[in-house]
Amino acid sequence: MIRASKDIWRGYLIGIVWLLALLWPLLGIHSDGTLSFSRTLQVWLIIAVITLLLILITLLYKNQKLTWISGPVARTRSAIGSSSQKVPTWGWIMLAALFALTFPLYTGRSAQDVAINVLVYICLGLGLNIVIGLAGMLDLGYIAFYGVGAYTYALLSIHFQLSFWLALPFAAFTACIAGCIIGYPTLRMRGDYLAIVTLGFGEIVRIILNNWMTLTNGPNGILGIKAPGIYYPSFADGFSIEHLWLKKLHYVYYVVLLLVVFTIIAVHRLNFSRIGRAWEAIREDETAAELMGVNTFKLKLLAYAMGAIFGGLAGAFFAARMRFVSPESFTFIESAMVLAMVVLGGMASIPGIILGAMALVVLPEVFREFELYRMLAFGASMTLMMLFRPAGLIPAKRMGKRSEEKEGA
Amino acid sequence: MEFFIQQLINGLTLGGIYALIALGYTMVYGVIQLINFAHGEFFAAGGYIGVILLSFFAANGLLESHPWICLAASLVLAMGYCAMLAMAVEKIAYKPLRHASRLAVLLSALGMSIFLQNGLMLTQGVYDKPYPTSFSLGRFEVGQITVSYLQITIVLITIALLILLNILIFRTRIGKAMRATAQDKTMSSLVGISSNRIISLTFALGAGLAAAAGIMVGLYYGSVSYYMGFVPGIKAFAAAVLGGIGSVTGAMLGGLIIGLVEIFGAGYISGQYKDVFAFIILISVLYFMPNGIMGENVDDTRV
Repeated sequence: MIRASKDIWRGYLIGIVWLLALLWPLLGIHSDGTLSFSRTLQVWLIIAVITLLLILITLLYKNQKLTWISGPVARTRSAIGSSSQKVPTWGWIMLAALFALTFPLYTGRSAQDVAINVLVYICLGLGLNIVIGLAGMLDLGYIAFYGVGAYTYALLSIHFQLSFWLALPFAAFTACIAGCIIGYPTLRMRGDYLAIVTLGFGEIVRIILNNWMTLTNGPNGILGIKAPGIYYPSFADGFSIEHLWLKKLHYVYYVVLLLVVFTIIAVHRLNFSRIGRAWEAIREDETAAELMGVNTFKLKLLAYAMGAIFGGLAGAFFAARMRFVSPESFTFIESAMVLAMVVLGGMASIPGIILGAMALVVLPEVFREFELYRMLAFGASMTLMMLFRPAGLIPAKRMGKRSEEKEGA
Repeated sequence: MEFFIQQLINGLTLGGIYALIALGYTMVYGVIQLINFAHGEFFAAGGYIGVILLSFFAANGLLESHPWICLAASLVLAMGYCAMLAMAVEKIAYKPLRHASRLAVLLSALGMSIFLQNGLMLTQGVYDKPYPTSFSLGRFEVGQITVSYLQITIVLITIALLILLNILIFRTRIGKAMRATAQDKTMSSLVGISSNRIISLTFALGAGLAAAAGIMVGLYYGSVSYYMGFVPGIKAFAAAVLGGIGSVTGAMLGGLIIGLVEIFGAGYISGQYKDVFAFIILISVLYFMPNGIMGENVDDTRV
């Protein structure tokens, strides 16, 4: 006990001195040939005090000195947990659906804007989840399919005046083809080789979009994409069928909600189908799956294609909503964001991914005043999250017994 | 022909820089099977420490009087700084996750990369930082070919570092311990090798090489920016994979190939698609040789 706490304090001291050594060259050496210490010390002291407090709290908590706080908290938590167990799953789903449906009624423009972003990312996250969570293949270039879908709808809308709804299957189809093109050569590779090849494909797609001036108008992007439209019966004077462009933000919200509901149902059905189980088998042990008669080649390709389809659908919606696409929107950092949502939320867990998307889109919006420190905090929290909750916020329930995480060592 | 030789020289310079960065990826991968996504940030940090120190020396007039000493001092200090940074990152972000799933470590690395990149931006500003202009070494011409002394310096420093690394890995006790840890962590700890210390050392070595590459890129292109770690980072990673990740010789070879392909592709085919060529070569090599050029089966060279 005493030795352990001694180790903690020694580690803290070394760490804090180390931090000073790392901070000072960046903050204290100036290009006009002078040295300064005040700013470095200021930043350093803030960090030192905060970490000291955190260590004190954890130590007290471990030594059971904080039972007067943690006791009641734990009790209420278990009470909430047991009462929420009594509500059946469909009850939660109804509640979520009610909330999602009525959301635009009591919120303003900015909240709806954020909600639309969340929904698009949910769609992307669920698509990526098929590749990573179900089939267990790392994909760092997922955003390419989003880009392909977006450009497909943009070009169809500009050149052929195709409506959004008719273009959706096309966007899904081209994304699916792109998925197969990316998937085919990578099927022979495993693990980390897959990571770099998918990353490379993602970059290739972005560079092509950026440089193929005649088709994509390069970095300037494509303007003037049509919003989705619907026909509806009108009884104002007699009966007629009217056409409405869904440009208002709450209409756009309902369109993407529809897309998300479709995606959730599709991914859920896939997950619990024969195909889903085959994917899971491939994820757990590819060789064993192949020996059991799973056609790994076909199914891995299918996983890429299915993931790409949802990416493409989300992309088509993105183009319709922004009415503008440019290669800027499809950079690696977006792929990393979607990947972070899937992993933070909990792989292969649909509610987890929904929560992950909410967290990663809403939190930066909340901290908009600290614009400068936003990405800094994002990176740090990603690392911290992995340190303290590597399985994600809502880990997926797994069926049956299996040997956990043997591949990590 | 002149054009070809000119491109060859440029390609070798760039390839050497990629090789230096790729070595960090491959050594870390060899020891703990992790793609260190923050590695590109060590490279950027090296470039920044270089510009900070060189401007500091320039403002005090030291750069004019003793250019070589200043350059050597900045190189050594930047390498030391990045080694310390890498050891800190390893302790915070990777060590607690030693037994977690691969994806968790990967995301932790990605988070660290974003954190470091923004840390650089906050402390050094969003604009590109120029290297001191008083420091230029001149150039000479052979027929149509222009070679700057800076290029020669870069190539020489690269070669020297690569030779030193090879000696360290294949001729010393520490290198032997590193190779043993890479082959079998349990067995090597049974014979008294502290694997934690070796892993720290590997990170420090890789980051030191990346820092050297960062300074040389800064000198070569004349400025550094906080996001400069990303693109060279993924290309160097591609180089490491191309050479067969985990293999030191492979990383050097892969770096040279990627550098040459990029320069020749830009020179002969299209400058806009130069990043594409590197990836196309990578994908086609991996398609026919899924383990890279010097794949894992050459276990003697794994570190």
